[in-house]
Amino acid sequence: MAKKKEILRGAEIFCRALKDEGVKHLFGYPGGAVLHIYDALYKQDAIEHVLVRHEQGATHAADGYARATGRPGVVLVTSGPGATNAVTGIATAYLDSIPLIVFTGQVATHMIGNDAFQEVDSMGITRPCVKHNFLVKDVKDLAATIKKAFYVATSGRPGPVVIDIPKDITADSCEYDYPQEIELRSYRPVVKGHPGQIKKAAKLLLSAKKPMIYSGGGVVLSEASNELTEFSQLLGYPVTNTLMGLGAYPATDKQFVGMLGMHGTYEANMGMHHCDLLIAIGARFDDRVTGDLEKFCPYAKIIQIDIDPSSIAKNVPVDVPIVGDVRYVLSDLISILKNGKGKPDIKALEDWWKQIYDWKKLDCLKFDRTTDVIKPQYVVEKLWELTKGDAYVTSDVGQHQMWAAQFYPFDKPRRWINSGGLGTMGFGLPAAMGVKLAFPDETVACISGEASLVMCIQELSTCLQYNTPIKILSLNNRYMGMVRQWQEFFYSSRYSHSYMEALPDFVKMAESYGHVGMRIEKSSDVEGAIKEALELKERTVLMDFVTDQTENVYPMIAAGKGHHEMHLSTDANRELA
Amino acid sequence: MRHILSLLMENEAGALSRVSGLFSARAFNIESLIVAPTEDSTVSRMTVVTSGSDAIIEQITKQLNKLVDVIKVVDLNEFRHIERELMLIKLIAQNECRDEAKRMVDIFRGRIIDVTENTYTIEMTGTSEKLDAFIESLDNSMILEVVRSGVSGLSRGDKATQS
Ligand SMILES: Cc1cc2nc3c(=O)[nH]c(=O)nc-3n(C[C@H](O)[C@H](O)[C@H](O)COP(=O)(O)OP(=O)(O)OC[C@H]3O[C@@H](n4cnc5c(N)ncnc54)[C@H](O)[C@@H]3O)c2cc1C
Ligand SMILES: Cc1ncc(C[n+]2csc(CCOP(=O)(O)OP(=O)(O)O)c2C)c(N)n1
Ligand SMILES: [Mg+2]
Repeated sequence: MAKKKEILRGAEIFCRALKDEGVKHLFGYPGGAVLHIYDALYKQDAIEHVLVRHEQGATHAADGYARATGRPGVVLVTSGPGATNAVTGIATAYLDSIPLIVFTGQVATHMIGNDAFQEVDSMGITRPCVKHNFLVKDVKDLAATIKKAFYVATSGRPGPVVIDIPKDITADSCEYDYPQEIELRSYRPVVKGHPGQIKKAAKLLLSAKKPMIYSGGGVVLSEASNELTEFSQLLGYPVTNTLMGLGAYPATDKQFVGMLGMHGTYEANMGMHHCDLLIAIGARFDDRVTGDLEKFCPYAKIIQIDIDPSSIAKNVPVDVPIVGDVRYVLSDLISILKNGKGKPDIKALEDWWKQIYDWKKLDCLKFDRTTDVIKPQYVVEKLWELTKGDAYVTSDVGQHQMWAAQFYPFDKPRRWINSGGLGTMGFGLPAAMGVKLAFPDETVACISGEASLVMCIQELSTCLQYNTPIKILSLNNRYMGMVRQWQEFFYSSRYSHSYMEALPDFVKMAESYGHVGMRIEKSSDVEGAIKEALELKERTVLMDFVTDQTENVYPMIAAGKGHHEMHLSTDANRELA
Repeated sequence: MRHILSLLMENEAGALSRVSGLFSARAFNIESLIVAPTEDSTVSRMTVVTSGSDAIIEQITKQLNKLVDVIKVVDLNEFRHIERELMLIKLIAQNECRDEAKRMVDIFRGRIIDVTENTYTIEMTGTSEKLDAFIESLDNSMILEVVRSGVSGLSRGDKATQS
């Protein structure tokens, strides 16, 4: 006998569908258009609602949660200003291909288009920064739409999906029937790679004399770290990761040559410039990575694996394109390499590694360790040591972000959580909060800058309310350091509006939010402070490190330059270059 | 080069804005864009005339395919195909011009569908090139108003683009 279906109101369908999707946390902020939903949330306990202090914080927290767990982050905001406040976070997730489901309240169906109170065209505003969006016009479509949204957000190349729900829909009722599966005739992502192309790639790989493996965020998104590691170690080729790919290959392994691109290592970038074969794995040839396209990898044949055909050959022509999920394609490549007769050219590879070690001797990340002024790099290095390289680290945007990427070698995926594509200041703190909610027993640190940190500082309240003890390391250089660096290099040190005047007392600020604040001014105090903060397991701690104001991020490839034209620090062993 | 792209899309509200938004956000050219329902009421057909290098056309097709509502994208340039555009054009047709106008319409196989003492309104279909040629053959001062439908097209032969 068929089970009798329940009749539910739209607001209840919302709660039930999330429960049926296995959602545990919902990041949100109430308002008129979503009050029916808030009332339904009040009456259930399957989903914990996390009340943020600004809708941007909700999207970043859900985003951090998604990046750390691999499961989609879920957000609920009201119409109008609630929706517009969420847009920055939606765009942040979009550029880094992070699965989010964002529910925006909307004015009642019959009011749409009427300039009603708190009405904005949320569909129109979010359309260019979502993978897809839906307007629900009938309560009967609500459950299926939620199912579709989860499917679209998490499959193929992931991304944020917005569901706009008019208020009357949340009051209307219908039978609740949550579909087990859903199929969309217009959306069928390819997973398996083309066998012929994969064979071609294997052959090309084995014929290389100076190969480079360039892998990116796609490996993290695909949960393909094990496959990437096995594949790379079978071949013995050097591996470089993009900013988004860090952790996908163990950074402390000897085959890892560091991050590439604008602030990548000398050896990674020189390797790119001189290689004769490049295999791009879930990486999208971003302009921060390629530098001047005219000068990009001039000697290399290129293989590219990506699940999104539009990422392939978008910026750089590709010799062997493979559309598919990297996890599947790498598995296929691994079995060809294991079972085939071909072997890498050991002699050529030896010479190539010798060359790479020579580049490495330059020690491009070297910094001055003799001063008692706090060097920002040193703080990150100490954090790495004291957390045994095993913390979840979120970051904001600026110099501190680059130092975090350079000086905290990640050995596991999903540990490094930052906004790479949009470069959104304000991301770090709410993202850390989201990660801590997902993993309450893990150490979660946020490496930030004094300018970025205040962009979402209000979330310190949320950290208190939901007991998410995170450790914030603010590398306070009293400058928008990254802006200052560009002004120093390219605008003859005219520091136009990049100096942070009238900074708050960060210690008092942390305390006023109910947390612990520390101010650290000497290099010799760094280690003790971080230790103390880590020991305060139950408390959120804000460490205000007063760092060297003039420190720059090196190496640096300026706009319009090639990988072999890096700007190096005065500390590096330049004569080797 | 000029390309005619033919799309099948879910007939959902906002479908048109997804496509036009994509073209403007990515700075792709649109020469013309038309959209209408098909024999299947859940599917719309959109025909876009665009131009660009091979690499750009490849990106346009890939980006269109990526839109969740798009079921299929066909670049008609890859096939032998037929294209047609409809034009309505209102001409001043007075005195000695009247015969001249009529003669030109006949040469281009147009039809006069509305007549006043001073004007002819003409209906003409053909390739965009032919319609351009007709306009060029007229004395500019004769033309009162032009409406063009934009291009629609189909591949030749037995094959059909289906959802
Ligand atoms: C201040 C600042 C400085 C920066 N400097 C640098 C720098 O020096 N070096 C650097 O690398 N970056 C840098 N970035 C980041 C840069 O802007 C880009 O975000 C980054 O390079 C993109 O990384 P990615 O190529 O790995 O692509 P992602 O954005 O991570 O994209 C992932 C790719 O993988 C594909 N993909 C997704 N899932 C799968 C799957 N399952 N299978 C196959 N493919 C899949 C996607 O389609 C996409 O093409 C900087 C950012 C900032 C803010
Ligand atoms: C929301 C936003 N506004 C502006 C920028 C441009 N921007 C990039 S880095 C930066 C300065 C960041 O300063 P801070 O957080 O102190 O980090 P630092 O570079 O000093 O380490 C600015 C303004 C941005 N990335 N995001
Ligand atoms: Mg700063």
